[in-house]
Amino acid sequence: MNKILLIIQREYITRVLKKSFWISSLLAPILITAIYAIPIWLAMKDKEVKRVEILDLSGLWKKSDLVDKEVEFTFITGKEQDLKMTFAAKGYDAFVSIPEDVLRNPKGVHIYSAKNIGMSLKGSVEKLIQNKVRHELLLKAGISSQIYESTQVDIDSKTFTVSTDGQETSSSSGGAMILAGIMGLVLYVTLLLYGSQVMNGVIEEKSSRIIEVIISSVKPYQLLLGKIIGVGLVGLTQFLLWIVLTIGLTQVTSQWYGGKVKDNLTQIKQVESGKQGILISKSAEESPMSEVTKVLESTNIPMVIAAFLFYFFVGYMLYSSLFAAIGSAVESATEAQQFTFIVMIPIILSFLMAQYTMQDPDSQIAFWASMIPFTSPINMMVRLPYGVPGWQLVLSMSLLVLGFLGCSWVSARIYRVGILMYGKKVTWKELGKWLFYKG
Amino acid sequence: MILSIRQVVKMYSEHLALDHIDLEIPRAKIFGLLGPNGAGKTSLIRIINQITAPDAGQIMFNGEPLSPKHVDQIGYLPEERGLYKKMKVGDQLLYLAQLKGMSKSEALSKLKDWFIRLDIKDWWNKPVDDLSKGMQQKTQFIATVVHEPKLLILDEPFSGFDPINANMLKDEILAIKDRGTTILFSTHRMETVEELCDDIALINHSRVVLAGEKVEVQNRYKQNKFKIRYLGNLPAELPGIEILAQNGLSATLKLGVGISSNQAISQLIGHVELLEFQEIIPSFNDIFIQVVNETNAYE
Repeated sequence: MNKILLIIQREYITRVLKKSFWISSLLAPILITAIYAIPIWLAMKDKEVKRVEILDLSGLWKKSDLVDKEVEFTFITGKEQDLKMTFAAKGYDAFVSIPEDVLRNPKGVHIYSAKNIGMSLKGSVEKLIQNKVRHELLLKAGISSQIYESTQVDIDSKTFTVSTDGQETSSSSGGAMILAGIMGLVLYVTLLLYGSQVMNGVIEEKSSRIIEVIISSVKPYQLLLGKIIGVGLVGLTQFLLWIVLTIGLTQVTSQWYGGKVKDNLTQIKQVESGKQGILISKSAEESPMSEVTKVLESTNIPMVIAAFLFYFFVGYMLYSSLFAAIGSAVESATEAQQFTFIVMIPIILSFLMAQYTMQDPDSQIAFWASMIPFTSPINMMVRLPYGVPGWQLVLSMSLLVLGFLGCSWVSARIYRVGILMYGKKVTWKELGKWLFYKG
Repeated sequence: MILSIRQVVKMYSEHLALDHIDLEIPRAKIFGLLGPNGAGKTSLIRIINQITAPDAGQIMFNGEPLSPKHVDQIGYLPEERGLYKKMKVGDQLLYLAQLKGMSKSEALSKLKDWFIRLDIKDWWNKPVDDLSKGMQQKTQFIATVVHEPKLLILDEPFSGFDPINANMLKDEILAIKDRGTTILFSTHRMETVEELCDDIALINHSRVVLAGEKVEVQNRYKQNKFKIRYLGNLPAELPGIEILAQNGLSATLKLGVGISSNQAISQLIGHVELLEFQEIIPSFNDIFIQVVNETNAYE
C-alpha cells in the first residue's frame, strides 16, 4: 500500500510540475473569462456619448423624439453641403441630414462622419428615424401607434417541471442545455486527455526500460493503479484550478467593471437582439448566464458536483486502464495508434450520443446511453441537469463500477504480459492470448 | 544457502523456458549464471525477482519460501537498463530506493554516501537525459545496491562500461561481496567469470547442464594436457604420452590414462632439460563451447 502511495506521489508531482500543466490550467480560465468579459468591455467602450448634428428639413422631429443613452442630438439649420464640411471641426462625431420628403423617400437620409461610423451609432440613429417615420406613416393610414405597439408581442414562455406529487419548479431548458453541454464537453476532453496521458506514461516506462526495475520492486498492478490514480488526481487538481481561477478571474473582472456590469448585461442583450428604443428590453435576469444560474438554483448543486466527480473519476479509471493496456502492448506512440481508435470510438460515440441526449433527455436512446458503462459518464452528466430519477442514477453508477472492474481485470492481464514483451509486433489475437497467460 | 531453486518449470505458450531447474546458490559468493542467448537465464532471473511466477517447483530464499516480502532484500540490474529520462538523478534514486522499502531519510543518507564515494556529487540535480551513457550506468548501479540487498542480481553488468568504470564496478562488486552479499551474475563474458565467480551454473536449452564450484568444474574438464618448455631434442615417441603440438623448444602434451605428472616428468628429463612444466587448465570459454556443443548434439 505504501508503495502505491509512492507511485501516486511520483506520477502526480512530475506532472504537476510540468509547464504544460500550468499553461492549460491558466489558459482555460482566462479564455472563459475573456468570453464573458469581452462583450461587456465592448459594450462599455461604446458607452461614451456620441454627439451628432441633425439637419431636419422635414420638420417632423422634435427634441423629445431623439432621446438615446448613447447619442446626443443637436438640431441645426443650414445647407447640407456646408454643414457636412464643418461638423467635425465643431467637435461632433457625425452629421445627419433628413430630406424634406423623408416619408416618401426614406433612403434620402444621409449620415456623415469623419471616421468610419460605428455599427451601434448607425443602428441607434436609423432606429430613431425609422420609428418616427413608421409612426407618421401609420398615422397617415389611420392606425394609431398604440394599436401598432400592442401588436408587437414577444413570446417568452416560462418552463416548469412538474413532479409526480404535483410540485412545480421553474426550470429553464435553455440553461439546462448549456450546463449539460459544458459538463459533457469537459468530460469528453478530459477522458481523452488523461486517458492518453496514462498510455504515454506506460509507453515511456516500457520504452525506457525502467519498467523491469520497477516491477522487481512492486507488483505490476500496483504500478498500474498508482499511475492511474496519480494521473487522475492531476485531472482533479486541474478541475479545481479551473473552477477556482475562473471564479476568481470573473470576480476580479466584475470588480474592475464595478457595479455597471448588471446594467451592461441588459445592454448586451439589447445589442444582440437589436431591440432598442421604444421596445421593452429584456431584463438582466434573462441573459444566458442567468439561465445557467437559474438551473443551478433549481438543481441540487452538491449532488451534481458529486456525480460529476464520480463519473469523471470512475469513467476515467475505466478508460485509462484500457489505454494503459494498449500502452503496455506497444513500444512507441506511433505503434499505439492502430489500437487507440478502439478505445477512442466509445468516447467519441458517447459524445455524439450526448447531442441527442441533450435534445431529448428522456428518450430510449438517452436512457440506454446513460446506462451502458462506456457511454454513461458523458450521457448521464448531460441528462442530470434535466433531472434524472434516483434509481436510474444508482443503476448507472453501479453499472459503471462493474464496467470498470471488468475492464481493469482485462487491462491488468494484458498489461502484466505486455510490459515485458519486446521486439514483437502485437496483434489482436496475441492480446487475446495474453488474457489467459498464467502468472 | 541464500537461494535454493528446486525443480522450477516455466512454460511460455508452446515453449518450455525452464525445464526442472535445480540450483543452490551459497551465501556471500559470486555465482555465475552462464548460457547462450535464449537458454532461459532471463526467465529464471525474472522468477527469482518475482516478476513472473514459476509454473511448478519451489524457490527458498534464506530458508523461507520466496514471497513478496523478500523483494526488498533483492537488488536487480537488468540487462536492458533505463531510467526516467526527465527526472533528476537524486529524485529518481530516492524514489527507487523508497520503492525498495527504505525510509526517505535512510535513503537520503545512504545515497549521499554513494555520491561521495563515486565522486558524482554534482549530478544530484541533473536530469538523467543530461548524463552520458556511462554516467547513467553508474546511476543505475547505485539504484540496484543502495538498499543493501542480501542478494544482488546483475545481468550483464559490464556491458556499456568503459574499462575504467568497469574496473571501478568490479571493485565495488567485490567490496559488496565482502560485506556478505551474494551476487548472482548472468553473463556471456568468460573472462569476468574466471576473474570474479566462485561458483557457476551453465544453462542450455532450458536445463542446467553444468554446475559447481569454479575450480572443481575446471578440474572436471581438464584433459590431462600439459605445456612444456625445454632444451634439447624431444623424441617423436614417448610411451603413454601423446605430443599434440610442437613449436621450437616448447610443446603441448597429453598424458595417457594412468600416467601421473611425476611419471611424465621423469620420462622427459631422460631426454631433455625441462625448463617449464605446466598443466593446461581449460578456460571457461572452452568449457562453455564444449558443453553447449555436446548438449546441442545430444538434443
